[in-house]
Amino acid sequence: MIPLEHYLILSAITFVIGAVGVVTRRNAIIVFMSIELMLNSVNLTLVAFSSYMGDATGQVLVFFVMTVAAAEAAVGLAIIIALFRNKQTVNIDEINILKW
Amino acid sequence: MINAAPFIVLFPLLGFLILGVFGSRIKNERIIGILGSGTIGASFALAAWIFFSLMGMEADERRHIIELFTWISSFTGNADSLSASVGFQVDQLSILMTLIVTGVGFLIHVYSIGYMHGDPGFWRFFSYLNLFIFAMLNLVLADNFLLMFLGWEGVGLCSYLLIGFWYERKFDVGGYKSGTSTTNDAAKKAFVVNRIGDFGFLLGMFLIFERFGSLKFETVFGSASVMSPGSDVMIWITLLLFIGATGKSAQIPLYVWLPDAMAGPTPVSALIHAATMVTAGVYMVARCSVLYALAPATLTVVAVVGAVTALAAATMGLVQNDIKKVLAYSTVSQLGYMFLAMGVAAFGAGIFHLMTHAFFKGLLFLGSGAVIHAMHDEQDIQKMGGLKKYLPVTYVTFLVAAVAISGIPPLAGFFSKDEILWKAFSSEHGSPILWIIGVLAAACTAFYMFRLVSLTFEGKERFDHHHVHPHEAPRTMTVPLIILAGLSVVGGWVGIPESLLGGNALEHWLDPVFEPANEKLRMSHHEVEAIEYVLMALSVLVAAGAIWGAWTLYLKRREIVDSLSRRFAGIHRILFNKYYVDEVYDATIITPAVRLSEGFLWKGIDVRVIDGIVNGSAKLVDIASHWLRQIQTGVAQMYATVFVGGVLLILTWILFK
Repeated sequence: MIPLEHYLILSAITFVIGAVGVVTRRNAIIVFMSIELMLNSVNLTLVAFSSYMGDATGQVLVFFVMTVAAAEAAVGLAIIIALFRNKQTVNIDEINILKW
Repeated sequence: MINAAPFIVLFPLLGFLILGVFGSRIKNERIIGILGSGTIGASFALAAWIFFSLMGMEADERRHIIELFTWISSFTGNADSLSASVGFQVDQLSILMTLIVTGVGFLIHVYSIGYMHGDPGFWRFFSYLNLFIFAMLNLVLADNFLLMFLGWEGVGLCSYLLIGFWYERKFDVGGYKSGTSTTNDAAKKAFVVNRIGDFGFLLGMFLIFERFGSLKFETVFGSASVMSPGSDVMIWITLLLFIGATGKSAQIPLYVWLPDAMAGPTPVSALIHAATMVTAGVYMVARCSVLYALAPATLTVVAVVGAVTALAAATMGLVQNDIKKVLAYSTVSQLGYMFLAMGVAAFGAGIFHLMTHAFFKGLLFLGSGAVIHAMHDEQDIQKMGGLKKYLPVTYVTFLVAAVAISGIPPLAGFFSKDEILWKAFSSEHGSPILWIIGVLAAACTAFYMFRLVSLTFEGKERFDHHHVHPHEAPRTMTVPLIILAGLSVVGGWVGIPESLLGGNALEHWLDPVFEPANEKLRMSHHEVEAIEYVLMALSVLVAAGAIWGAWTLYLKRREIVDSLSRRFAGIHRILFNKYYVDEVYDATIITPAVRLSEGFLWKGIDVRVIDGIVNGSAKLVDIASHWLRQIQTGVAQMYATVFVGGVLLILTWILFK
């Protein structure tokens, strides 16, 4: 039986990796993947707590989260493709026109 | 039967609503004219019917109060909660006023059909006139001060609307702003000057409510009739109400708007500024006679103001050249007579003069309207003359009215004016000085009236025959003239005094209304005295002399007029410039007020302070946002970094607090 702490430490690590990726990488696809990483680390925490508490509700919820995440990934990728068609780049440093 | 009284008020309101809403779509002047005057005619018929049924009753049963609905009520739980209702009081005084308003009003409406023919604002004119009659009837029939005040303000509004009816026309108000004014300025002047008076009325009303806890005539006069005279509050109440009366009825010091009000169409001058609205102040004082009886000091003020106004306005009328301005000053002067009567506690005589004045002054104005109509809007009597050949009906009726106002027996003006003069002399509150002022004013009146008649209708024709072709007015205009002329002859016969073997029917009719006041003032009934005949003969002689003087001076010996006005050039200039009262008001009140408004209130308070606060706060937001918006870089990752940093901060705070 793997103790709860291990799960939590793992998900914390993946979350931080994701967060750092979001903040530092320039490629929109990578940033997007990092966001997915953060999302899934949270999912992992949820499942871990669920099994620890012996309550299946959390695990059911994770399925919903994954479904929504799939839809969100589809929309996100579509946005990135639309961006690329317009600006011929996915470098988010160059996509900064929404400002003063 | 008497319960139908609210319909008297309702008909003109209906006329106003119909003409006001649909008037512009009715292209037929005849329909508008019939509608507009028909409503007033219906009111008059109803009022006459009620009048005759009142005559059939006992004198002390003639007062009826018809409550329609509660208008304003504020039940605060204690005794001084305000409750005002729309209710009408039908009694001897109000039904008489109603008859005058609707009767003379009806004739003037009919006259207007001819006078306003072809005017693009024909329907607007009649809807305003109907609204005016509605407001005026509210004023005279109200059973409480608040509804009376509604009518009071309503007639002021209609007066404003109708003075400025031809709002695009130029109108010379004379004096300091010669040639620069429009009728709109005259309308504004009337409105603003009236506002001063109305403020006095309003304060008086507040004081009445404070003192009596009610605004109903019945309650207020009921408790007033058991009070004893001499309290300071009553002096204040009556003085404040009288300030309201000086505004509405054009007395010194607030008379200045009435001569300018002649900018309006002539039927308006006849209806509003001669026969009805301007007498509202007289009516109000008569209605509140009990309150005035409790403040004899105010009565003296009223009498003096009335007498001085009567004389001052009459002297100003002596030298005016505008046909309507002469009549305007004459109106101010005659209103002064009415207040003189009020002031010497001859309330009945004042109302009597109000009635006869409505007849002959309405007639004079309508006659002047017919002249102006015939002369193609020329109002300068120096450019008229010899018109009797062209306007025979107008001439005869005008002459009748001029004789009536001059006080020659047996026409209407003689009886009412002489009653006032006699009371001014004999009443406990009168004095021989008031009588002398009154007779002097009467002499001036007779003189300027016959100066007017001579210059307008007699003598050489001084107008340009190539451009002006005088013609008699249409029948819609001459018939009201003839009827009013008839009334100017016989109207005084309802008040022939005992000394002339008459019954003085009108005063006996009104007696019950003024009884509480007369009891308070301990007015004794005078026996016929020899001196009354002497005074009567004197005043008739003075009037006849003035008529003869005007006639000779202006028809036969014009050179004397010219030499007189040269010799007394200073006096002539003062009179012609109306004692410079407008100029004095302009210098002492209007200019400082305008300067204060412009320099301090507008450029100081409004521009600096109020605009400063508004613009300043906008400026502040602008400057702050100039710096603050720099954080909106548009770089998504910076936002994410800040977001993460924020989350970390919150987490630390939650974990380590």
